[in-house]
Amino acid sequence: MTLGDLVLKVRSKNAGPFWVTIDIFCDRPEVFQRLSGDLSTERVAELYQVSPDQLKRFDIADLRVIKFSLPRPVIQGSAADRDMHGAQYAALLEELTFD
Amino acid sequence: MTTRVLVPSGVLGLGFDRKALARGVAMSPDIICIDGGSTDSGPFSLGAGQSKYSRAATKSEWRTLMQARAQAGVPLVIGTAGTCGTDSTVDWMYDITVELARELGQELRIARLYSSQPAARVAEALAAGRVTPLPPAPEIALDDLTNIVALAGAEQIQAALATGADIVIAGRTTDTATIAALPLSRGDAAGGVWHGAKITECGALCSTNPTSGVIMVDFDDTGFTVEPLAEGARCTPHSVSAHMLYENSDPFRLFEPGGYLDVTGARYTALDDRRVRVEGSAWVPGSYTVKLEGARIAGYQTTILAILRNAHYAQNAQAWVDRLTGFLQAEIRTRMELSPEAYGLEFRLIGVNGALGALENRTGDPVEVGVLGIITAKTQAEAAEIGKLINPFVLHYPLTDDEELPTFAFPYSPATTDRGALYEFALNHVMALDDPMSAFRIETSDIRAEVTA
Repeated sequence: MTLGDLVLKVRSKNAGPFWVTIDIFCDRPEVFQRLSGDLSTERVAELYQVSPDQLKRFDIADLRVIKFSLPRPVIQGSAADRDMHGAQYAALLEELTFD
Repeated sequence: MTTRVLVPSGVLGLGFDRKALARGVAMSPDIICIDGGSTDSGPFSLGAGQSKYSRAATKSEWRTLMQARAQAGVPLVIGTAGTCGTDSTVDWMYDITVELARELGQELRIARLYSSQPAARVAEALAAGRVTPLPPAPEIALDDLTNIVALAGAEQIQAALATGADIVIAGRTTDTATIAALPLSRGDAAGGVWHGAKITECGALCSTNPTSGVIMVDFDDTGFTVEPLAEGARCTPHSVSAHMLYENSDPFRLFEPGGYLDVTGARYTALDDRRVRVEGSAWVPGSYTVKLEGARIAGYQTTILAILRNAHYAQNAQAWVDRLTGFLQAEIRTRMELSPEAYGLEFRLIGVNGALGALENRTGDPVEVGVLGIITAKTQAEAAEIGKLINPFVLHYPLTDDEELPTFAFPYSPATTDRGALYEFALNHVMALDDPMSAFRIETSDIRAEVTA
């Protein structure tokens, strides 16, 4: 099973040219509880190849949302950027194996 | 005092529901505010000082909003005019406005708020220790920036409104500043004002019908109430509170000139099935700083696109481009006397890892692979010359020496496309100001209806 199978939606988007932010909409409280406990910051950092201390994490129970913000792996629009809006970064987290 | 702000959509140029706008005008708003841009689409707009939206789309929507303003008899404000909010795009928007005023026979006072920053002003502030980097900030270098803007806050919009303007065309502002300006000057609760401005700055994105655009927000001395105006659109405590996540690296704090918004204590209550009431948001005053944005030219680009449909080549696309790149670097060195450090040559494999590059962790068996070659050089002429040089090899280069020359699919002729300048964002800094207007200027003009003889 992937994380995407468990949750309502995973969304990523630039938060300004230097950050990307990823929102996991868990929808169901039990899914939020489970991910809040089992989805480690280290595993997400590894997925995006940043060190865990660069990741900001917010577990928002009221919204059943887990949010990660990280410095963009490449600055938006620089020669090495492949995704101007950062919206495809979400795919990595959506496809993360989660048993 | 209650202040009613009508927000027609998240950005001018993307369209809005005209019936919903008419409904909003009939509800007697105190002001109409719309955003005109952001950095979302990348550094080109700021670098070149141009709007990314077409003049035709902008003019047609602005016409409707100018008519709505005349009907409502209240000010109309656009923030970050022309996508990037440089002086050049403020003037572009002003030209459109004057043209429309003549076509519609409107008499208007127009205030232009300019946000562009001379490099010398920023350099002086930097030397005085008044420019601070925000992590992760690029190394600051000011000489080669094509444009620098500072993000105006509520104070500069208030100054523009104080001229008695019917229309304010503002250069770069924060996303929230145009909406926050009037309620703040009328004494509505600052926490509620900034929070409500953030919730509504993307128009109906905080509702169940994001594309309908039109939103009304009422501010008062304890908070704000938000209501979508399109038929069937609803705001719920969830749709409203979830909007704080959007394009925000921290969903609880939002920095603005002069302080920050803290929504940790915000309570969201459904008033009915369409309207949401929010109270408990706090404004924490701090020093007066404005964010800076800047862009520079980082080279000039030419691209080439080939499609590998032959199964053997599609399966071995990475090996093919690796071999091709080595060969081309040697050819470019021999024929143009350019070492690989003097230019950029990159092939991206669409169908393999085009969007994620080194982060991609899936593999598949693509039917075909698009090979997007991107050349970055010091001048457009040099990039174009490299493009022409590599063109026949991108078309015919073999995977091994002992096979017949392949021919791949070029989708158009010529196969190369000159992209012009590659711009890059060059600032992620804030600049401290003693007087909010010291880095901004306002010009007003009175447009009179033309008298026909």
